[in-house]
Amino acid sequence: MSLVRVTSAQRPPDAAAHIGGRLALWGGYALVLALAPLWLTSSLSQSLLSQMGIAIIVCLSYNLLLGQGGLVSFGHAVYSGAGAFLAIHTLNRVTGGWALPVSLIPLVGGLGSAALALLLGWVTTRRAGTPFAMITFGIGELVWAAALVLPDFFGGEGGVSGNRVTGSAPFGVTFGPPIQLYYLIALYTLVCTALMYALTRTPLGRLLNAVRDNPQRVAMVGYNPQQVRYRVFVMAAFFAGVGGGLSALHFELVSAEVFSAHRSGLYLLFTFIGGSTFFFGPILGAVLMVLALSLLPGLTPAWLLYLGVIFVAMVMRAPGGLAALGVALWQRAGQTAWWRQWPQRLALLTSALLAISPLWVWVEMTFRLQLADELPPTLSLLGLTLDAHSPTSWLGSGLVGGFGAGLWWVSRRWLAQKERP
Amino acid sequence: MTRAFDTPAGLVLGAPQLDIKAMHKRFEQTDIIRNLSLSVWPGERVAIIGPNGAGKSTLFDLISGRLAPSSGQVWLGGQRIDGQKPFQINRLGLSRSFQISQLFATLSVFDNLRCAMLWQLGLGYAFWKFLASQRDANARTQALMQRLQLDNVSDTPAQHLSYAQQRALELGMALACDPAVLLLDEPTAGMSQSETRHFMALIDELTQGKTLLIVEHDMSVVFGLADKIAVMVQGELLAFDRVDAVRADPRVQQAYLGAVLPASPADQHAWA
Repeated sequence: MSLVRVTSAQRPPDAAAHIGGRLALWGGYALVLALAPLWLTSSLSQSLLSQMGIAIIVCLSYNLLLGQGGLVSFGHAVYSGAGAFLAIHTLNRVTGGWALPVSLIPLVGGLGSAALALLLGWVTTRRAGTPFAMITFGIGELVWAAALVLPDFFGGEGGVSGNRVTGSAPFGVTFGPPIQLYYLIALYTLVCTALMYALTRTPLGRLLNAVRDNPQRVAMVGYNPQQVRYRVFVMAAFFAGVGGGLSALHFELVSAEVFSAHRSGLYLLFTFIGGSTFFFGPILGAVLMVLALSLLPGLTPAWLLYLGVIFVAMVMRAPGGLAALGVALWQRAGQTAWWRQWPQRLALLTSALLAISPLWVWVEMTFRLQLADELPPTLSLLGLTLDAHSPTSWLGSGLVGGFGAGLWWVSRRWLAQKERP
Repeated sequence: MTRAFDTPAGLVLGAPQLDIKAMHKRFEQTDIIRNLSLSVWPGERVAIIGPNGAGKSTLFDLISGRLAPSSGQVWLGGQRIDGQKPFQINRLGLSRSFQISQLFATLSVFDNLRCAMLWQLGLGYAFWKFLASQRDANARTQALMQRLQLDNVSDTPAQHLSYAQQRALELGMALACDPAVLLLDEPTAGMSQSETRHFMALIDELTQGKTLLIVEHDMSVVFGLADKIAVMVQGELLAFDRVDAVRADPRVQQAYLGAVLPASPADQHAWA
């Protein structure tokens, strides 16, 4: 959870100096996990919090591959999904009489996924780069297809449902109330985050970075790069499986959709947007993923388009994701000179938003024309009502954009003037 | 300086540390290495020189396991290593550097060196031990970093080092696992004359007691360092002898002037 780059050196003297700061970060993380549901009390927001915890585990596990290992996987949902199915079946066995505490069921999911990765990963991790990506994609499709044609285990279209209020209830904890399950998820999130962070500071974790940077050299310092990838792949699958197991407990329903390529793609997308070069980046990404998937569809019909645009823009201009942007901003904000130019910077930001606003407005109006049956043709924006059928709205927003572009050009010169010593 | 092959000790061991027997490498229709045999005794320092395309780097690739020979054998201290994987050969005590630096670009100098010695220190694929608490590994890394004069850039990612620093790190990566046999592939390539002189002195200091094979383009660079010189031309060993003898060899002089003598099989035998 520290801002330390995944790749930076960690040596005892530095480590000792940072212990206080690190404890504060971890304490803060634990505190946020513990207190969030006291602040967000509605059942919807608590459900979102639970989903965020699960997403954090899965995105962090995905980043063991993406950020730490330089491995782009298109099939991570295979392992989170396998964990979910194993967990829901285990849950039903517990209902049938097995003496396993419900709180340990996510571990069953994790171990099952790890076992699956032990098998599939042997093939997958023999190669890195494009072959790795291709093979994960192929296996993802394969498992998804298999899930659809094996309804006995995977439940077909309807999926497999379960009831988490079962088995013994130690200390009266039944996991019936969502808040009880939230705290189980929060605990798993905290422990899994800590374990995955710890991994980055071990010989295997550092060798994983080395394999990412230069597998050829790794082979010349006594390590088998395939073995490094394979072991971490199995670990990533374990954590993904734990996340999947928790989601099975949360939703009490698992369908073949959990294996979909779309879901694997979302893990990739949001881990990247959060920031794969920093350990904590995927945590941001996971929170955003849950927010985006639950809130954006209600706000705009074009949400997937925007997500795609943001992703492409970040790949091109901010490959370090939001985490890197945030850290860069934080470092710059520490400079007083940077603050002295705040009017210029504010003008630059506002005019840039104004300049791109017509693109957004046009997308919205186009969607309103296309989905005329489902959406009203009007769009309210800052007290203005735009009509998709009115040329004035199209032209007007374009003019606003042009005006914004002009302002942007002026404020850029203004800033350049101020930056000159 | 004591030279291993001068002392009875080298003879007592009775076996070469690195023994290449009739090695041949063919790529498609081209013979890159032709029936090459070379024995290097413990502690010997051998410079391999030859024009571009003579097969020097390929020879290193074949010894270190990046490539497998088409025929012939490679023995390392009594074990046959041809056909083994690079990491297996490295574990047996053979390490190499590359002509084009192969570093862990985003890792710090410290981490680069530490990664290069973890296996030899028995840490393997451990994920239950923290690097920060590996005192031995950290102390050795620190010491090596100092000897390479890289301690002032300890936390700098390898990709941000100057060229000469990258070459020093490349050398350090090969040395970090404390190999018995060290292959250095043009360690001074791209350096200025003064940098080269300085760097060769560093290599001399750091490789004391090790069996060393060093590929060099420029013969004059290795005169001070090598015990023996192997001259390679077109995948064949043209000469392999003590420095003075090789220098005086008219065929070597001619080869270096560009006119390669067609060596008959009998000649090869005489020189090998």
